[in-house]
Amino acid sequence: MSRHGPAVLDAGQRHPVRFTLNGRTVSGEAEPRMLLHDFLRHVLGATGTHVGCEHGICGACTVQIDGAPARACLTLAVQADGAEIRTVEGLAPAADRLSVLQEAFRTHHGLQCGFCTPGILMTLDALLRERPDCGEAEVREALSGHLCRCTGYAPIVKAALAAAEALRETDHA
Amino acid sequence: MKPARFAYLRAATTEHALEALHQGGGEARVIAGGQSLVPMLTMRLARPALLVDIMHVAALSRTDDDGARITIGAAVRQRALETRDGLAQRQPLLAMALPWVGHMQTRSRGTVCGSIAHADPSAELPLVLVALGGQVHLLSRRRARRLAAEEFLTGMMVTARAEDELIEAVSVPAIRPGTGYAFREISRRHGDFAIAAFAAVADERGVRLAVGGVAAIPMARVLPTDQALGDALDAFAWDLDARDDLHASARYRRELVRRIGGDVALEALRDQQARAVKEAV
Repeated sequence: MSRHGPAVLDAGQRHPVRFTLNGRTVSGEAEPRMLLHDFLRHVLGATGTHVGCEHGICGACTVQIDGAPARACLTLAVQADGAEIRTVEGLAPAADRLSVLQEAFRTHHGLQCGFCTPGILMTLDALLRERPDCGEAEVREALSGHLCRCTGYAPIVKAALAAAEALRETDHA
Repeated sequence: MKPARFAYLRAATTEHALEALHQGGGEARVIAGGQSLVPMLTMRLARPALLVDIMHVAALSRTDDDGARITIGAAVRQRALETRDGLAQRQPLLAMALPWVGHMQTRSRGTVCGSIAHADPSAELPLVLVALGGQVHLLSRRRARRLAAEEFLTGMMVTARAEDELIEAVSVPAIRPGTGYAFREISRRHGDFAIAAFAAVADERGVRLAVGGVAAIPMARVLPTDQALGDALDAFAWDLDARDDLHASARYRRELVRRIGGDVALEALRDQQARAVKEAV
């Protein structure tokens, strides 16, 4: 195959994988079958991304790949080679300061057990960046890709809308 | 749940991918966005020896609009098509259906051709392909061929694709003057699998209603638009041979075909009239 292009990554062997994680270049080794969330958590030690159903339904493992929210459990680590990945660890501007969105979750009780929260934050962070003027319908549609068994979603919607408003005010200031 | 072992090849060119599929035979599978295939791997419903990643093949990442047809390459993500400038003007039915495909978190990775290759009976994109009379462009080292949507989709998650063939693209007719479109999906929540989904195209030949989520593949039928519509819908509903499952009974699905199917057919006719008025101005 090498006469045509890159070589086959053999099954059962570990291969180097390198991408940008929250602005830093990171690398590790993965078998082709390793899913991105396992690579993040077990190889890189970035355990902020949670893992729920492992087949794309619950949304807990949602990260941003090249700027768009995506399921880490539906992506192979080797597919992510060369990509830009953002996870919940990249949201806070400093170790002692939360982002506007995270702060709104705290104020409005947008989380209880917190299991689904990292994924939801990554979806909403992308939504608020892309659609700063988004309303409740868009927030709810984005949230339809996530399961939360604690809150009943209403406080999450409230937090998202409050964050959207706060971000709009900062932009205008 | 972890996938079984497989090898992985990031193809650089279409030829490179075709060569790998040719050599791999039934053991090789194409991976594009992976939004249907990765869960199949994780649940070990699919156990290929080799995955051929086509997302870095520049030639497959294009959407072409030649005025008459819109051709969507194998590596075009659903989100890329959904956000394409002027999509609603060039092919309204695609623009209506795309927001219903999976969730925004899967459309960001999933491809249009991948959804059609997967051929889930409740998926929106195969339904739209059938409703519009679209084509699937297949390519292998041996041959290139194009199949009509209804020739390609042969059963529940079964297609006419040979083991060494790659779906190079799918194509649909662009909007034509005097044509109206409508789409509706019934599911428990937005983003859930469709209990039933409907796409209708009204043109000079009448109104063609396609139904997904009921039979093993999306089915289309041209319906009369006079008082015979009710009986025709009833016959269509029975012919789809609906089954009971966890999500809905067969009877409920037949009722959706009669009622919502009829509404969507009439909506396409109204859309046709509204567009005719606009075209006349």
